[in-house]
Amino acid sequence: MDLKYGIGLLVILIIIIAVLTFGTGSNYERIEIAGSTSVQPVAEKLAEKYMEEHPNVRVDVMGGGSGLGIRSVSQDIIAIGTSSKNLKTTEKQGLNEYPIGKEGIVVAVNLENPVGNLTKSQLKDIFSGNITNWKEVGGPDAKINLVVREEGSGTRSAFEDLVMNKTKVKSDAIVQTSTESIKVAVKQDPYAIGYISLAHMTPDVKAVTIEGVAPSVETVKDGSYNLQRPFLFLTNGEPEGQLKEFIDWCLGPEGQEIVKDEKIVPVT
Amino acid sequence: MSKWNEEFFIEKGLLLTAISSVIIIALIIVFIFREGLPALQSVGFFSFIFGMDWAPSNGQYGIFPMIIGSLGITALSLLMAVPLGVFCAIFLAEIAPNAMRKILNPTIQTLAGIPSVVYGFFGLVLLVPFMRVHFGGTGFSMFTASVILTVMILPIIVSVSEDALRSIPLEYKEASLALGATHWQTIKNVIFPAAIPGIITSVILGMGRAVGETLAIIMVAGNVVQIPGSIMDPVRALTSNIAIEMGYATGVHYNALFATGIVLVFMIIILLVIANYFHYKKKVTIGGGYL
Repeated sequence: MDLKYGIGLLVILIIIIAVLTFGTGSNYERIEIAGSTSVQPVAEKLAEKYMEEHPNVRVDVMGGGSGLGIRSVSQDIIAIGTSSKNLKTTEKQGLNEYPIGKEGIVVAVNLENPVGNLTKSQLKDIFSGNITNWKEVGGPDAKINLVVREEGSGTRSAFEDLVMNKTKVKSDAIVQTSTESIKVAVKQDPYAIGYISLAHMTPDVKAVTIEGVAPSVETVKDGSYNLQRPFLFLTNGEPEGQLKEFIDWCLGPEGQEIVKDEKIVPVT
Repeated sequence: MSKWNEEFFIEKGLLLTAISSVIIIALIIVFIFREGLPALQSVGFFSFIFGMDWAPSNGQYGIFPMIIGSLGITALSLLMAVPLGVFCAIFLAEIAPNAMRKILNPTIQTLAGIPSVVYGFFGLVLLVPFMRVHFGGTGFSMFTASVILTVMILPIIVSVSEDALRSIPLEYKEASLALGATHWQTIKNVIFPAAIPGIITSVILGMGRAVGETLAIIMVAGNVVQIPGSIMDPVRALTSNIAIEMGYATGVHYNALFATGIVLVFMIIILLVIANYFHYKKKVTIGGGYL
């Protein structure tokens, strides 16, 4: 008797598997986006809005890092790769770049830290380990605790391109794997310094002005705050059909409005 | 449906599940080796294992500091969790009144069900600042990671040890008490020694979790590739290394992360062999069988 139930169960299982494999998706056109975790939130918002207006299209957004985005789009695994850093010439091969916005990188310190302004060269000395005491840049007599992102992170490579200029980051800097955990680390340690993206800036850490310019949407837009990086959509070759429509929509007024809502500086 | 048929199908079905689990493990190992060996070949086995520098962007792949980091975190957390867990198990199995056991047991088992990211975040928000204020440094350290791990592996050690202590035949206890031994003497000289193989099993399971834990460690250990000078220095574990960099790795770097996985597999195998050896040595043999 038990076997009957077994057979029944098996049939149900086969139906479920069949539905999962062939049922869904056939009515939709799919666009898959993957890459930079910094671009992910804004890409998700764009996808959500776009799907509301175009019910026949499914846009899936995944993270994984800028490197993964560049790699998988050039291997044609996904339709759109995202990157939060400028591409090296070796990475560009056959890829089309669509900047959807710009973002500032904020150098954050603890709220108790009296240091309010740093020059770019001071910043470089701090992160390379030439300056190890806050006293040297006008702060309290205490050791500087560096908090950085992991190797390969878009934010990290953007910061290194903009500030470090080939100099290596001090090897004993604490490594954290997300903007949020960097913020938590800086929030708790009065002598810590780290970098986060402008969109994630909240009042629980203090933004240092760079060369006297405070990071904000305006200063990023007019270029006076120069720790900034592009948010890129990448396609392999010329986009066509639905994909082209989606990218055009993102770059159009509606898409750019969403970009702005996410505290990213729009390109137009 | 005849009885023969039913038994036949159930037997074969069980055999199939058993075989498939072996096949799955074999496939995983084959896959890790296939992906990892190119890195071992291009970097060189010894310079990979004993190399001191990990800088994928410069083509340096040395994981020795991370092996030390993984072993250090594991050893330190076992050092704290084993005595705590075993004494807790003795208390629960022998001393605690029933009412208390009914509250304590589910509480301890709840600890095992909490996702590791919760432990990690707890550590990052509360433990790291506490360590920084009271022990100096940045707070991100091997010790902080070990404390978090201790809490994570405690429930495993407690519940498996407790089962081992409880499975000792009642006759042992009766005989010991009848000979005039006190309760504590009975626990110390009869019940505990007889339960040692089971307790070692609990330590093995705890160790497995400690070596394999990734997320919570990433959040509190600081992830600096260095050989720690003290337990208050930040370290990076092998598992953390894979999780941190996998999203970005290409080419040799990608293979090197799988090679890290190979090392991890061997490390766990070696630790298991050592632990199983002690398990075997401590077996209590009575008559034809053993406990």
